[in-house]
Amino acid sequence: MLNIRNLHASVEGKRILNGLNLEVKSGEVHAIMGPNGSGKSTLAQVLAGREAFEVTEGSVDWDGVDLLAMPTEERARAGLFLAFQYPVEIPGVSNAYFLKAAVNAIRRQRGLDEYDAMDFLARVKAEMKAVGMKEEFLYRSVNEGFSGGEKKRNEILQMALLEPRLAVLDETDSGLDIDALKIVAEGVNRLRSPERSMIVITHYQRLLDYIVPDQVHVLSEGRVVRSGGRELALELEEHGYGWIKTEPAPAAAGAQGARP
Amino acid sequence: MNAQTSTLDPKLDPAPAPASSDDAIGAFLQQEYTAGFETVMESDSLPKGLSEDVIRQISARKGEPEFLLEWRLESYRRWLTMTPPKWAAVQFPPIDFQDIVYYSAPKSKKDGPKSLDEVDPELLRTFEKLGVPLHERARLAGVAVDAVFDSVSVATTFKKELGEHGIIFCSFSEAVKTHPELVRKYLGTVVPPADNFYSALNSAVFSDGSFVFIPKGVKCPMELSTYFRINARDTGQFERTLIIAEEGASVSYLEGCTAPMRDENQLHAAVVELIALDDAKIKYSTVQNWYPGDKDGVGGIYNFVTKRGDCRGARSHISWTQVETGSAITWKYPSVILRGDDSVGDFYSVALTNHRQQADTGTKMIHMGRNTRSTILSKGISAGRGSNTFRGLVKVTPRAEGARNYTQCDSLLVGDRCAAHTFPTIEVRHPSAHVEHEATTSRIGEDQLFYAMQRGISAEDAVSMIVNGFCREVFKELPMEFAVEAQKLLGVSLEGSVG
Repeated sequence: MLNIRNLHASVEGKRILNGLNLEVKSGEVHAIMGPNGSGKSTLAQVLAGREAFEVTEGSVDWDGVDLLAMPTEERARAGLFLAFQYPVEIPGVSNAYFLKAAVNAIRRQRGLDEYDAMDFLARVKAEMKAVGMKEEFLYRSVNEGFSGGEKKRNEILQMALLEPRLAVLDETDSGLDIDALKIVAEGVNRLRSPERSMIVITHYQRLLDYIVPDQVHVLSEGRVVRSGGRELALELEEHGYGWIKTEPAPAAAGAQGARP
Repeated sequence: MNAQTSTLDPKLDPAPAPASSDDAIGAFLQQEYTAGFETVMESDSLPKGLSEDVIRQISARKGEPEFLLEWRLESYRRWLTMTPPKWAAVQFPPIDFQDIVYYSAPKSKKDGPKSLDEVDPELLRTFEKLGVPLHERARLAGVAVDAVFDSVSVATTFKKELGEHGIIFCSFSEAVKTHPELVRKYLGTVVPPADNFYSALNSAVFSDGSFVFIPKGVKCPMELSTYFRINARDTGQFERTLIIAEEGASVSYLEGCTAPMRDENQLHAAVVELIALDDAKIKYSTVQNWYPGDKDGVGGIYNFVTKRGDCRGARSHISWTQVETGSAITWKYPSVILRGDDSVGDFYSVALTNHRQQADTGTKMIHMGRNTRSTILSKGISAGRGSNTFRGLVKVTPRAEGARNYTQCDSLLVGDRCAAHTFPTIEVRHPSAHVEHEATTSRIGEDQLFYAMQRGISAEDAVSMIVNGFCREVFKELPMEFAVEAQKLLGVSLEGSVG
């Protein structure tokens, strides 16, 4: 279980998160929505441990461990995965090399044998098939020259390979056409399991047509201002984010776990 | 056309990476120079200092013919009239050329080892420690090795097998004795003694090096390799390498180098000459790992080297690949004279400077023949307070119709206290020439590091992965087993690059 309490964070001196509360139980999928600048991506970066984001107050408890005290790579090895909004290009480093290094770093942590080249190739090829990626992407440089959709599929591929306990998807749907969106959503749905929690960050409701969340939270000015079931997303779509600001927010103080 | 640009002052970069990612890189980078040990052995050395008498003694010790002594003395007289070059972007106090030992050899009971069995076991152990097995029993992927220790060659492997193909691969001193006519015919024809200050010095005092002769039509069946080791204190190493590929011949040659860690700077001023006749191909690869000095810039080798290839014949091809990770100062411009029509010259380079290392390196491609082609691919990596300069000349002479050049010059910065400079010069005197130049400068991105670390990869592995990716186009030009070596070396050389 992930328990975020009163989280405050700033970047370059600018306060972005202002007392965010959120609780995600094992096996649950939570959607985070909100207008641009409401702190959605900052939440993702803070959870993953990006150094440029400074946590000034609050706590994040992850199955009894203080997540904020862990270095970035240890969070990853403990099973936290972030699907990047803008996957990063690494020229000259083949996707196969990168993926194998990542998978083995995590397998080591879990006390499993490292994959040799043969095991790895068998595994990665099977996963690539599932996300509809051609094998040639193994031998191209990490994300270099990939289209938007190919980059996002590569993120889903990595998520499938790394088998996280907690996956945070940061606007994975942005810039995707409907076919790519479906493939990404299928990948996510396939990975849903009772041991795995997911936080799906999105600006648009349409992703939630394909990934049905257990809960939806709306962020505004760095706080959860509204929580509810899937219907909250539909309401949002109908009224727009402006509606959140004008409507009194009954659950603003204790939004986490707001399900009746 | 004459272009000069200087890229980058990283201090002007408005968006420095957060300190923490630099710390992560810094933490990664604390490995030491592993070849820095000294072998204790008796040596036969001349006293410090340089004079005609010293040169006569070097020549006498090596039992050289008269013509070579005369050539040395003439070079020395020219050297006396010259001054060290000042144009390179490197800084160091003036060198006292009278404070250097110009000849040092491991003392052997006889005139020299006749076979490997006679080589001092201590020497064999030294080279084994460096990963250079001299026992032919330990066939290293069929690579023939010539090992040079201070001023002399101590062993050359696979001589017999090479001899069956008519290939001569031996120390330079031996070639002077056994094939004086070849030495006389080719020595100094690519790099004349008075070419520059250090080549004149080398021509006067050179002690040993490798000699390779591939006869007409022969493809050398194995990689040839020379391993240079500076051991004795206060000693300069002045090796001389001469490689000749006759018509239709081809050879791939590799050199590696190390030195003990010392607080004083040591001078290494080599001259390498390559000659390719019609349809010949010479591929020359260097993995340079001289002691770079400590993190504060104390000690290290001054590597002032003149390397030049002459594509003398039509359709000949000379290719330089260098991985420069060592030396306190590197001053080196492996060049190709494209004399033959349709000849080809390549220069592939990775130069890494960390701590206080300085490198001013690049190449010259002189297009003289028709339809000559050249490619320059330079990857400079600056870390710590390192300074890395690319200096290149592409010259197309008036009769070089249809000459083509492509130059790509990339710089990668690690941390925010290093520097990279690019000085390309292009001189074109024929209207049909086609010359392209591309240059980029980038910093190891905080976003790249974060991306890799978010996937569970440690900061050090991430830096090493990103740097190796940056160099991949050059590494793929290296012979397979050395490409692996080069990658490792790069990892080691980056240790402590920020912090």
